[in-house]
Amino acid sequence: MISIRGVTVDFGAVKAVDDVSLEIPRNEVRGLLGPNGAGKTTLVKVIATLLRPNAGTAVVGGHDIAADPNAVRSMIGLAGQYAAVDDLLTGRENLEIVGALYQLPKAEAKRRADEALERLSLTDAADRLVRTYSGGMRRRLDLGASLVGRPEVLILDEPTTGLDPRTRLDLWAFLRDLVSEGATVLLTTQYLEEADELADQITVIDHGRIIADGTADELKGRVGGDLVTATPKRRADLDRVRDLLATIGTGTVRVDETELHVSVPVDQRVEALVKAAQAIDQAGIELLDLGVQRPSLDDVFLAITGHAAEELTPNGDKPRKRRARR
Amino acid sequence: MTAVTKNQHTPLPGLLNDVIAMTRRNLLRLCRTPQVIVFATIQPVIFVLLFNFVFGGSIDFAEGVNYIDFLVPGILVQTSLFAAGNTAIGLTDDLQKGAIDRFRSLPMHHSAVLIGRTNADALRAALTMTIITVVGFLVGFRTDHYGGLILGVLLAIALAYAFNWVFATFALYVKDPEAAQAGAFLPVFPLVFAASTFAPVQNMPGWLQPFANNQPVTVTVDAIRALTQGMPPGRDAVMSLGYSVAILVVFIPLASRKFRKG
Repeated sequence: MISIRGVTVDFGAVKAVDDVSLEIPRNEVRGLLGPNGAGKTTLVKVIATLLRPNAGTAVVGGHDIAADPNAVRSMIGLAGQYAAVDDLLTGRENLEIVGALYQLPKAEAKRRADEALERLSLTDAADRLVRTYSGGMRRRLDLGASLVGRPEVLILDEPTTGLDPRTRLDLWAFLRDLVSEGATVLLTTQYLEEADELADQITVIDHGRIIADGTADELKGRVGGDLVTATPKRRADLDRVRDLLATIGTGTVRVDETELHVSVPVDQRVEALVKAAQAIDQAGIELLDLGVQRPSLDDVFLAITGHAAEELTPNGDKPRKRRARR
Repeated sequence: MTAVTKNQHTPLPGLLNDVIAMTRRNLLRLCRTPQVIVFATIQPVIFVLLFNFVFGGSIDFAEGVNYIDFLVPGILVQTSLFAAGNTAIGLTDDLQKGAIDRFRSLPMHHSAVLIGRTNADALRAALTMTIITVVGFLVGFRTDHYGGLILGVLLAIALAYAFNWVFATFALYVKDPEAAQAGAFLPVFPLVFAASTFAPVQNMPGWLQPFANNQPVTVTVDAIRALTQGMPPGRDAVMSLGYSVAILVVFIPLASRKFRKG
């Protein structure tokens, strides 16, 4: 449904997207995972016909983005991280105008606006100015706007970035509902958890290049499973905790000197946690915290690239190390 | 969503439909910020009152003409240019907030984004001009030639529409609302003040007169004065319309090209 070949986008000397090829079959939900500045939004803009690539081709639903951008536009729905809804209009007006721009007759535009408002639980707020909406409501309205044209391909650019955890969970429920209907979806995200929750297949992108491909489980497999993390009370105990965890884990032990904690990938999360607790307790080491957690984007990055995820500054030329999270 | 229901279409031709939708959107936004309209109207009204009462007695020009009759056409054309700054501000705001990205991702006529914007701002300028004329009448402006007044206001609206496109082009290049607001006024001030807007050109220094006599603001102001005084506007009206058309011929393609390239 989406077929990208050798797409490259240069911003001056920086290659925001560097020779990316991607095939997304019909009805697949594909997660595009990467840190800030990895090139996710740039790639989305190419597919949504907002940006011409310097090299390469992209075909959406059989239509080339360069040769027939309008055919592509009538197949896609785009919801962006900046929630492109109009503050000074009501929720309903926002959707009706999008409907009008799809050249729908007035009654039909109104019907579809109602439908989208209903399904995103915005009916009660439909006639309020968007200015008065919460962050989560704005994102929902933005999603609603992308549905008005009944797209076959839905492009969601970081749909939950900047939302609080509860609102994110709410939005995931709506997104799961949408993707379960079998549309083809391209979803960009910085959160492995989000990609895991919503996507069938995940493509990991860094510095404009694809660095890994697979299901969430396959990617987590490369990290070596879940992580047991222990935080000793005293810095002096870090080395002893590291030695103890090494006997329990299935991969390399990481020691974070600044956050004062030690983590190791494990196979059986509960069993490993119990073992770790017993071993540390028997050694008489006092802990501030002990837990088991799923690997984050950073962990996947560390496993794949050997370095933590880097954020690019807006001008794109000065990589800044994100502090390792554990 | 999977079912490919062929979208039904409006009976209107595509471009017209999109232009109406975009104009409506921008007018709705305008109605939701009445404070902006109020301030945008108060400013020229203050100009009418200030210039009339402060300079009315001291500006030296043709015998037997009241200063207010001289001033109102000037303020109408000043409004054409000042109001065009709103196009720059509105468009950069849409660019920043991602609204333009949404429109560009829709299968619409993309030129409707710019046409809808410039239309809405021209309608807004027309509203302001109506209020200025009414205030002018309240403080002593008189004409026996209402047809001429209407034609004159239409010339001012045509010039406003042309300058909307100039500022739309400018906005698409600078992209930043604050820079757009500051930058928009740079060319506006010399055009408005080195003109017959508030004072006769013959009192200006000789080197300035060739510019002041032939630039778009002066010819439009002079045409409106002639029309409201019942005199043939002749060369001034032709030049004013010529300027508006020429500006549109240059700036519509420029703005459209920049919009397409992003």
